[in-house]
Formats: sequence, structure tokens, C-alpha cells
Amino acid sequence: MDRNSNLYTILFAAVIVTVSAVLLAVAVMVLKPAQERNKRQEKMTDIMYTIGLDETALISKAAAEGLQLNYKTIEKYFKKYFLKQYALKADGTVDKSINAFDINMKAEVKKPVDKQRFPIFIAQMDGHKYYVIPLYGKGLWDDIWGYIALEEDANTVKGVKFGHKGETPGLGAEITKKWFEKQFVGEKIFDKDGTFRGITVLKGNKDPENKDKEDHEVDAISGATLTSNGVTRMIKERLQHYVPFFKKIKEQKN
Amino acid sequence: MAKKKKWKDLLVDPLNENNPITVQILGICSALAITVKLMPAIVMGISVMVVVAFSNFIVSLIRNYIPNRIRIIVQLLIVATLVILVDQLLKAFAYDVSKQLSVFVGLIITNCIVMGRLEAFALANKPIDSFLDGIGNGAGYSFVLIIVAFFRELLGSGTLLDKKIIPQSFYDAGYVNNAMMLLPAMALITLGIYIWVQRSLYPQLTEKE
Repeated sequence: MDRNSNLYTILFAAVIVTVSAVLLAVAVMVLKPAQERNKRQEKMTDIMYTIGLDETALISKAAAEGLQLNYKTIEKYFKKYFLKQYALKADGTVDKSINAFDINMKAEVKKPVDKQRFPIFIAQMDGHKYYVIPLYGKGLWDDIWGYIALEEDANTVKGVKFGHKGETPGLGAEITKKWFEKQFVGEKIFDKDGTFRGITVLKGNKDPENKDKEDHEVDAISGATLTSNGVTRMIKERLQHYVPFFKKIKEQKN
Repeated sequence: MAKKKKWKDLLVDPLNENNPITVQILGICSALAITVKLMPAIVMGISVMVVVAFSNFIVSLIRNYIPNRIRIIVQLLIVATLVILVDQLLKAFAYDVSKQLSVFVGLIITNCIVMGRLEAFALANKPIDSFLDGIGNGAGYSFVLIIVAFFRELLGSGTLLDKKIIPQSFYDAGYVNNAMMLLPAMALITLGIYIWVQRSLYPQLTEKE
């Protein structure tokens, strides 16, 4: 066949495109289970991080039992400490038909509020109870997400973990750094009257050392105002949906 | 015998005298972006090496059948397929590193070294030679990446492969990690110093006026 003819060119293109499409489809199917496992492992690690079980803590725990830190041990510790997980409805009641861990936040936040299910993970560790709530919102360029752990009073922050898809390195991307996450520890999400306030990431607040834990404010990152605003919005928007649930807990206690 | 020597040259030349980064000045963007730490640099180097070697091999294998008018498109398709394969493999087996590399694995498609080798070598040479040429150029790329990443991680974070190298007593005595080394600007300067040292050692690389 004439190699300069249109027919040959089209046939060649069709064959090579088909071959590469089949190859990629097979590869994606074969590798999918391993990739899903990695994502689950990351999710468990992130959630445990917020209640103080960071990688070093997990490694030393595993080492004490003569274990390696891998998917199995991480799952073991996750199941040990996180005894309960609920998918909440907007009114604070539990939807038992859905597994909270499998909720994909990226898809969930796009639904209308009354259709959404709000996952909450409840941990019991060393005599303390913690509530961990997944966060999902928009930063400057793309999605940001994270987890926030509250203490037993459902008010004081125990720890946070943030992640982002494409914030500016050195500026917005700093939200994943320890110094930024540390600021949230001890902050309160309700004020003294019990009104929901969230936590504001604020530039030039009067408390750069963040000693005042009652002000619902942490210090922002210079040059990353829009990412900081995104974090503020994300925390307020996500946590407000859990207020009915927290009210119920408090009523039960009283 | 003559052929054997040629194969050796294909592998060794790009490491120094014909290095894709420092002599041909290709692929600088990714070299600056992912050399903050040693581990991602090594993985990136291996990924590029795999992509260049196999795309060289495949293109060379079918070089006589590729219609000339859609030559570049066919090359891009082959490179893109390989890059997606590498990306999927990293996500499955080296998840942490693949997160650190983020978009830069995908951007191997646009790495000039890959297209450059395909056009300059694979289209005119036998598959085995092209494969070795790809390995050589990938190794040359990795080599520079690893050297730059070595200094950036050591001076910027005081670690190598995330292991603490600079002893605590240094920090107690007032030593501070140079955070500048973590920024892309210092990667460019490190690379510049590397090129300067290389050209002082090998004056034949300097362009004649």
C-alpha cells in the first residue's frame, strides 16, 4: 500500500490508537485495587493524625508489638480506636444504610444539603473521646480538603490535617505544614453562649502568637489570603451541618 | 568490536559530554521543580529513563511504517501512553512519591528530552541502539537531578532520603537549614554552578566565540 496515501495514514492512526487504548484500559483495571488501597490507607492515616496518632506514633506503636507499619497494621489501629462511624443526615440523625468511611466528599459536597450525608468518625483513645469530621472546599486554584478532630466537648479542636490539589507552593500549599495545623489545636468552634462560630484564618489578627484560644481565630499565611479564606469557609460550611448532632449529644448528657 | 564500542558510547556520552540537561539544556523545568528532595528526584529520573528508552525503542521499531505526515502525533501518542502507564504504576506502588511528583510525571510528555531523542535518534537508528540511547539520556537526566537534589536536600532540610544527616550538635551550635535551597530559584543557581564546574573541567564543551 502507498504509505503516503490518506487511507494508509487513517488506518495506521486507527490501529495505533486502538492498541494504546486497550493497553491503558487493561493497565488501569489491573492497578485499580492497589490504588484504592493506597487511598484508603491515606484516609485512615490522615484521620488518625488529627487525634495525635501521627506516623511516628504509629511506627512506635507497631514496633512495640513487633510489627511493620503497613496497610494491615494501619487498618488494625484504625479499627481499634475508631469504634464508631456514622453517616449523619442534615437534621443530625443517623443514616444506617451508608458506610461513613466510603463517602466520597468530593462528590458529596456537590449535592443539595438535604441529600448529603455527613460522615463523622468517633474515636476512643486512652480514656478520651474524639469526633473527627472530614472537610472539603475550594482553595484559590483547586480543591482543598482535610479532617478536624474535636474533643469530647464537641467544641475544642484536638487536631487538624489539611490537603490540597494545587495551591501555590510556598504560599497556599503551606496549609499542609505542621506550624499551620498546630495553630488550630485548642481553638473553640462555639462561643461562650453556645453559638456556632467556626474558626477564622485571619491575616493581621491581634494575636499572631495565637495565645488566645477563645477568639476563634488563627493566623493566616502571608501571600496566601485566598487559600486562607478558603480554609475558613470550608471549616464553617462543613462544621455547621454537624451542629444539630452536637446539640443532641449535649442534651443526652444533661 | 566496533559495534560494541558504539553501544558503550550511546550509554556513556549523555552522562557527561552530551548531557541532556547541562549541555543540551533540555528538560530544565522538571529538573528545577522536583529536586527539593532526593527520593522524588530518583523516582522521576527512573520514570524519565523508562519513558525515553521504551518510546525510543517502539518508535524505532515502527519507524519505517509511520506515515510521515502524522509522525509527531504518533510519537506523542506513544509517549503519552507510556507516561500514563508509569503514572498509574506509581500511584499503585509508590503512592507517597507519586503525590510529591504530582503533575510532573504527566508533564514528562512535554519533556523536550523525550521528543528530542525520538526525532534526533530513534527515527534514524535501529531499535536496540535507540533503546540504549534512551537509557543513556535518561541516566544523564537522572544523574544531574540526583546531584542537584543531593545538595538541595542536604543544605535545605539537613536530611538525605529523609534521614537526618546533619547532627543535632550543629543545630545546637547555631547552624540553621538554608530554606532558600528549597525554592526553585536556588535549584537554578545550583544547576548553574554544576554547569560552570562541568565546563571548567571540560573546556571543549564551551562554545567557541
